[in-house]
Amino acid sequence: MKDRLEALRAEALDRLQTVEDAASLNDLRVHYLGKKGQLTEILRGMGALSAEERPIIGQVANDVRAAIEEVLARKQEAFDRAETARRLQAETLDVTLPGKAPAVGSLHPLTKVAQEIEDIFLGMGYTIAEGPEVETDYFNFEALNLPKNHPARDMQDSFYITDDILLRTHTSPVQIRTMQAMKGQTPVKVICPGKVYRRDDDDATHSFMFHQVEGLVVGPNIRMSDLKGTLLQFVREMYGSQMQIRLRPSFFPFTEPSAEVDVTCVKCGGRGCRMCKHTGWIEILGCGMIHPAVLEHGGYDPSEVTGFAFGMGIERIALLKYEIDDIRHFYANDLRFLSQFAKM
Amino acid sequence: MNVSYRWLSEYIDLSGIAPQELAEMLTRGGIEIDNVPSRNQGVSKVVVGYVKTREKHPDADKLSVCTVDAGQAEELQIVCGAPNVAAGQKVPVALVGAKLPSGLDIKRAKLRGVESQGMICSARELGINEKLLPKEQQEGILVLPEDTQVGAEILDVLTLDDAVLELDLTPNRSDCLSMLGVAYETSALTGRPVKLPDPERELFKSADKTSDHVSVAVHAPELCSHYSARYIKGVKIGPSPLWMQNRLIAAGIRPISNIVDVTNYVMLEYGQPLHAFDAAKVAGGRIEVRLAREGETLETLDGQVRKLAPDMLVIADADKAIALAGVMGGANSEVSAATTDIILESAKFSGSSVRKTSRLLGLRSEASARFEKEVDPGRVVPALDRAAALMASLAGGHVAEGVAEALARKPEPAVIEITLGRINGMLGTSLSALEVQTLFARLEFGAESPEDGKWRVTVPTRRGDITRSVDLVEEVARLYGYDDIPTTPIEGPTTTGALTREQAIRRELRSVMTHAGLHEAISYSVTSPERAGLFAELSQEAKPIALAMPMSEERSVLRTVLLPSLLDAAAYNLTRKNNDVALFEIGSVYHTDEATLTRLPREKPRLALLLTGSLTPAGWNRKAEPADFYDAKGLLEAVFLRLGLADAVTYEPARPEGFHPGRTAAVLLQTERGPITIGYVGQLHPDLQRSFDLPDAFVAEIELEAVYGKADPRIEYRTLPRYPSVERDLAVVVDRDARGASLTEAIRKAAGELLESVSIFDVYTGERLGPDKKSVAVAMVYRHGDRTLTDEEVSEAHARVLAELEHSFGAELRK
Repeated sequence: MKDRLEALRAEALDRLQTVEDAASLNDLRVHYLGKKGQLTEILRGMGALSAEERPIIGQVANDVRAAIEEVLARKQEAFDRAETARRLQAETLDVTLPGKAPAVGSLHPLTKVAQEIEDIFLGMGYTIAEGPEVETDYFNFEALNLPKNHPARDMQDSFYITDDILLRTHTSPVQIRTMQAMKGQTPVKVICPGKVYRRDDDDATHSFMFHQVEGLVVGPNIRMSDLKGTLLQFVREMYGSQMQIRLRPSFFPFTEPSAEVDVTCVKCGGRGCRMCKHTGWIEILGCGMIHPAVLEHGGYDPSEVTGFAFGMGIERIALLKYEIDDIRHFYANDLRFLSQFAKM
Repeated sequence: MNVSYRWLSEYIDLSGIAPQELAEMLTRGGIEIDNVPSRNQGVSKVVVGYVKTREKHPDADKLSVCTVDAGQAEELQIVCGAPNVAAGQKVPVALVGAKLPSGLDIKRAKLRGVESQGMICSARELGINEKLLPKEQQEGILVLPEDTQVGAEILDVLTLDDAVLELDLTPNRSDCLSMLGVAYETSALTGRPVKLPDPERELFKSADKTSDHVSVAVHAPELCSHYSARYIKGVKIGPSPLWMQNRLIAAGIRPISNIVDVTNYVMLEYGQPLHAFDAAKVAGGRIEVRLAREGETLETLDGQVRKLAPDMLVIADADKAIALAGVMGGANSEVSAATTDIILESAKFSGSSVRKTSRLLGLRSEASARFEKEVDPGRVVPALDRAAALMASLAGGHVAEGVAEALARKPEPAVIEITLGRINGMLGTSLSALEVQTLFARLEFGAESPEDGKWRVTVPTRRGDITRSVDLVEEVARLYGYDDIPTTPIEGPTTTGALTREQAIRRELRSVMTHAGLHEAISYSVTSPERAGLFAELSQEAKPIALAMPMSEERSVLRTVLLPSLLDAAAYNLTRKNNDVALFEIGSVYHTDEATLTRLPREKPRLALLLTGSLTPAGWNRKAEPADFYDAKGLLEAVFLRLGLADAVTYEPARPEGFHPGRTAAVLLQTERGPITIGYVGQLHPDLQRSFDLPDAFVAEIELEAVYGKADPRIEYRTLPRYPSVERDLAVVVDRDARGASLTEAIRKAAGELLESVSIFDVYTGERLGPDKKSVAVAMVYRHGDRTLTDEEVSEAHARVLAELEHSFGAELRK
């Protein structure tokens, strides 16, 4: 029996030597080691052996099995390696060809800028208030210290619908609505973004419809120095910590004192360039301390509280930020324009 | 207002302050100056010459050969092409070596064989806008007054050596519509005193009394608080002196005659518009200030006959209207070359009245621009006296003694109380009482030392814009300097910023859309009536809201529906070869049921989207997939999934106007009151497609208000299943018009609680099935939460499903 086992080993190792593919290898595995294989066949004769012989033959049988298995494993590994190499070779791609990107859309640049402004003020503890675009003369003008026939109404020629109803010319009516809704509580800290409308012939820098963001703060001890502090913080978060602001006295009927705000030219950093007409400054904001008459219309006592307000045109901020040459691009919805704003 | 630097220096010492510096100083103080053009546009070596002789050029019909004494060592021979050149004239002569604004360098030259040693110049060649010259001077060479000194520099003669400050005034600072106002402002900024012009009152001593010639009656004192007039006799109409003409031209006003020029000159000086009537044409020497009569007309100085309304204020004589108060004089009382006696008017008319009249007639003038913003009541008579004095000295008139006037209210300066605490509290500064006091003094505001901590500040009438204590705070702030106000953080309780629910959802909608590859559009809220009438179901038959005075038909009504804007945008893109269009817009539409608005319309926030072409571009390894109905619907499904409304929204076939009737669904949202239609998704109707010249387009528009209300972003976590599921597929043949949603709904009901999910994975139509049939393949997943399902349970449920489909849809199992 031992001889038969040794013969089996010799034969198996010999045949395994010449195997050339994984399928034949598997056939030989089954032939020699399978349930009905040669080794099992020989071991069936174990029962006829004496108790002394059994462990010895058993040992031989295990050695034979181990020897065959070792070669099988080695052969298998070689075939696997060859197979992997072949597959890798066959499956090589041109990784420089374009991928299958999902379609990428874009936010409108005005939305992007508005959200950026909103996020800065949300971080500063403001909430966002909104109001109607079709407004009454009272909220758009009268409550903002612009009575009928006030010469300042010339500053913003309006689209009236009836004698008393018009398209709002600024987001300032939201200030009055917000104050009235607060019923005298303080502090009020809101920004009001939205569409506004003015009779203006459209050209590269004017549009009859545009967007504004206004800010409004009312409290027991709000000072003009707080307004400067707030605007400086906003401008630095928007454009970077190197930014400076400069206030120039100006006039708005709803604020007193009033100011226009210049910021360091975003293009040249203040050294002077064509964009800032070589002044190093760019005007982006109007602001001031809320006029007492406006506080009164909002339901506040101007001897008890003070406040400030500021406003800016979103188009202007966007034109400067992206160096866009014509405001009309914002409303043409040309995909060659819009898709340029797909980035985060 | 254009301010000549040199003229201004008559009223305040400007030495050491260059025009640019002055402009910067005024701008930083709140009077914005955009430009400071030099009046000398590049003139050098041009002097006054005397034309001694003028001969015709021997070889050229249109040229003259002149001998000119230009104060040089020798007389010059100059060839001139202007038809108006004549011997005896004083003219500007550009010498050899001169430079002119056009870039011309004057050289010795031969013109048609005749030597020319210079050039006689026109006004335009000197860089002067000829429209600002007297009419007779607008063509040809500039002819100077006879008494001009030969050889004098033209820059001096025409005061071109000057700069003009172009003021861009805010409406509150109409006080700076005058040289004196700008002088006071400069004084406040520099601390240098203002020198007032002297009206030379001694001229007015006369035996002749104004009251013998003029009487004044104001019938509408609420619209004219002060009317004053003087009588000037024996004037000789002629040109005003060159110095006055130069100043008027610098200010942008055309010289006309000595009398008219004086009224304009004093208006510029004092900010008080004046008017000169030819006294001979004022019937009865009677000035009446009254409202226009019904049907009354007046020919104004510009030659237009104006129909007057009964609320317009006019100046009338005994018989007729002779001027539109504060706006323009009448032709019937105009000063002409034959005029000898003048009635000179200086008055304060109500700003709103002048503004209204000027608006109604579409007639604006330098006078109305000033009256509209309220002139200084304190300057009515000083300006009158100043002008009368100038008329006497420049036109040889005799001023009658006394002023004819009607004064309703004597102008009183305002007295405003303010405390140091208020100023510092409002500005965040720590100014001392002395500092504030000094600033008030610089403004020439009367402010005694504060008593009981309060100043009582007397504000001169010239600063009518200052009425409340905050106005004084602003004056202090701007003189102190906005730059010197500190920068502080807001004190007080901290507040938290957060988006409202609507704002957060709106951002989410934008995020879903852009991540699905759509681009955000923003279009105009005003549109044409025709556009506003499209998509009747979406515009909900709202009455279009029309602008009273639209700029064009295309932008004359408020939009009632978003989609037409996106159709326009798609058409715009297609003509630019952007063939794959995927756009969305979030914005409001404006609805009312009123024919004429008496209350504000409803502004309804909406989401609209449009797809045409392919959503994902074709590449080397994939084909373009043209967008279809299900892409558009899928976008809405994605939106509702994100908003937690996937189960609350259903879709039903619908046939709204503007949509393809077989390819459109109403979008229904479940509410407490049952399902409501919140919009539509579908293919654009072929008719609209044609009129917008579009390929197949798929669109949707939904109301957001209900969505904002119902959105449910709460996440209800369910534990992961612990027992295996059993998956079964089913393919049935049903009628072609059987709805997928009805099939899955029936399956869900029939299968009962064991059914975890059901989804349609294939729909097939084909000849083998017959034209009226389709095959629908459904994948179902069964699962029990607490144990493993048995085959029998699943088979039982599955059999119920099949039975139900056979019963309700006549379904046949497909083998």
